[in-house]
Amino acid sequence: MGNSTLLKEKFNPEPLKEVLKEYEGEKGVLIPLLQKTQELYGYVPPEAMEMISEFTSIPVSQIYGVVTFYAQFRLKPVGKHLIRVCHGTACHVSGAEKVTDAIVNFLNVEPGDTTEDGLFTLETVACLGCCSLAPVMMIDDETYGRLDEKKVRKILRQYKSKN
Amino acid sequence: METQKRKIVIGYGSCGIAAGANKVYDKLREIVDREKIDVEISETGCIGMCFREVLVEVREPNGDSFIYGDVTPERVEKIIESHIKNNTPIDEWIVKSNKVEGSENKFFSKQMRIVLRNCGEINPESIDDYIERDGYKALEKVLKELSPEDVIDKIYKSGLRGRGGAGFPTGLKWKFTRQSPDPVKYMVCNADEGDPGAFMDRSVLEGDPHSVLEGLTIAAYAIGASTGYIYVRAEYPLAVKRLKIAIKQSHERGFLGKNILGSDFSFDIKIKEGAGAFVCGEETALIASIEGKRGMPRLRPPFPSAKGLWGHPTCINNVETLANIAWIILNGEDTYAKIGTEKSKGTKVFALAGKIKKGGLIEVPMGITLREVIYDIGGGIKGDREFKAVQMGGPSGGCIPKSLIDTPVDYDSLTKTGAIMGSGGMVVMDETTCMVDVAKFFLNFTQAESCGKCTFCRVGTKRMLEILTRITEGEGKEGDIELLEELAEKIKKSSLCGLGQTAPNPVLTTIKYFRDEYEAHIKDKKCPAHKCKKLLTYTIIPDKCTGCTACAKGCPVDAISGEVKQVHVIDQDKCIKCGECVTRCNFDAIKVE
Repeated sequence: MGNSTLLKEKFNPEPLKEVLKEYEGEKGVLIPLLQKTQELYGYVPPEAMEMISEFTSIPVSQIYGVVTFYAQFRLKPVGKHLIRVCHGTACHVSGAEKVTDAIVNFLNVEPGDTTEDGLFTLETVACLGCCSLAPVMMIDDETYGRLDEKKVRKILRQYKSKN
Repeated sequence: METQKRKIVIGYGSCGIAAGANKVYDKLREIVDREKIDVEISETGCIGMCFREVLVEVREPNGDSFIYGDVTPERVEKIIESHIKNNTPIDEWIVKSNKVEGSENKFFSKQMRIVLRNCGEINPESIDDYIERDGYKALEKVLKELSPEDVIDKIYKSGLRGRGGAGFPTGLKWKFTRQSPDPVKYMVCNADEGDPGAFMDRSVLEGDPHSVLEGLTIAAYAIGASTGYIYVRAEYPLAVKRLKIAIKQSHERGFLGKNILGSDFSFDIKIKEGAGAFVCGEETALIASIEGKRGMPRLRPPFPSAKGLWGHPTCINNVETLANIAWIILNGEDTYAKIGTEKSKGTKVFALAGKIKKGGLIEVPMGITLREVIYDIGGGIKGDREFKAVQMGGPSGGCIPKSLIDTPVDYDSLTKTGAIMGSGGMVVMDETTCMVDVAKFFLNFTQAESCGKCTFCRVGTKRMLEILTRITEGEGKEGDIELLEELAEKIKKSSLCGLGQTAPNPVLTTIKYFRDEYEAHIKDKKCPAHKCKKLLTYTIIPDKCTGCTACAKGCPVDAISGEVKQVHVIDQDKCIKCGECVTRCNFDAIKVE
């Protein structure tokens, strides 16, 4: 597994400790804390949940419940590039499924998973909000619109060759 | 006030950025700096013409305006050369202007912009731009001249109804919250725009954040709250950023904080970023989420106006609702009430998308017909195909068929069709859209987003999705339609919140208006729109096939055979109907039916 190297990286609690200090004495901080954690580590590591539990006195089980309830939180680290394919209504009627299939076939990865080389993580999302450019995908912070299978393959090839 | 310098303004909404606004900006900056051209470069939010992004406006010192569409870095160079240096606007690229006949002037002629009054006009990161266009004057008037009761009365009389979808009168909501005896109250702005296919609130937050802050502050004064929250989707990073800038600026100018504008009223706003859960658009789920819990709705009553955030009375209004407030205060409730129909006052913002020529952000007076919106503003159907239906209200709404295209846009008329006004998503569908597939798409969404609390919503939507999936895969059975209808009724009746109560609507409306399409799938095993893959057959048209072998090479299951330069054949038993051959064929030689 490509991301096993990522998984084995030792958890460094220091950055999270700094963040926790800022939230001392505030109420309703669980979700913002988890968001900060994901910003720092790229996902929500179990060690972080334990630290947050200690800080907020909320049981880890309940924190896990919140993490799994919201689509934003990830329990696994992401690949080097995050691909988000929009599956909003406008994209759906304009061929979002074909776009997703093209990525799945080209990279040999299922939505929600990371490629073996750790380069790409594929996610499908509800709506990226640029419906007039449908169908749309985002790779990291770059948006690509008016896609078809050929265009998708071309874009992915460019990312692959860059690495 | 006239600016002395010529101004070049770039559309910096999410659409503009996705279309390449950054590259256009970089090029513009580079030329202006290199050649020391005396112009001011500024940015603005969504202008509405998403279909022509990137948009660049040249504003002359005398107030004349020229908006260029489809701007690329190459075009920027030419615009500077011709328009800026030689004072010759390039007419053919102009989409809107007060001086020349822009190609999209018509896009605006039936619109009426109240909520979007500043979008595309001002720099959203400049409070001075907002103030220059009468910004914060309404707040000043409210604090100096009106009692909270006066404000509530004005909003009630204006007829403004909640723009989040349900259409509850805003003035009443404020009144109920004000009447709760608890001295601690909260004012919340719901910016958790979750309907797929909707981007109205995002555009307002990105294009004119101060109008939302001003509306929120006036609402807080009216209900008696000293703390406000804006619950905004984390998927909208630009909106979050601009809100943060706007809040900071408002504090600096004394429009937020202690003793606002020298009055006794103090108010502060905090931003809470949502974490991606559609159900959090529901009031009680949103409250649970702000409190840091799983966003699950609870039984009402007690309503949030009596018992909401942290147990205190809470008023929740949607972004668009709040963006109307300052306008109503300044222009008068009577002026507002004159717009629209008897029971639906004012305007409504729509995100026009799907198979439409001119997709974008529009604002129209209530009472306008769907035909006017789709054909006069939206320019008709892409590729001049046949209009089939328009989906309104997202996963809670429904599909309105061609026969009802003259339905006026107001709460009651739309509800009668089985759809709803909703928050403003308007997705246009043509003859290539399969209505069973659309129903499946929405069910897939609501089934995944159901919080799981109510059994009928959790399990019922799943069963409905399974039936729909079966139908689209050619496994539909006699009685499936009736079973869907029965499940739909039960889910509507036995769910606690709006998500479950409305989740079956897309299925019910498509059955109501497109029953024959369901029947074609079930009985004839055909998809009339040629969308459901498993119901299609792919064959090669001998006359068109050149024997280039591209399809055979691309076929993942080796179902295509034939010699080079000979007509190829698809083995129907092997074919998995992936459609790859259609994509590969350069001669339109694959027939799909």
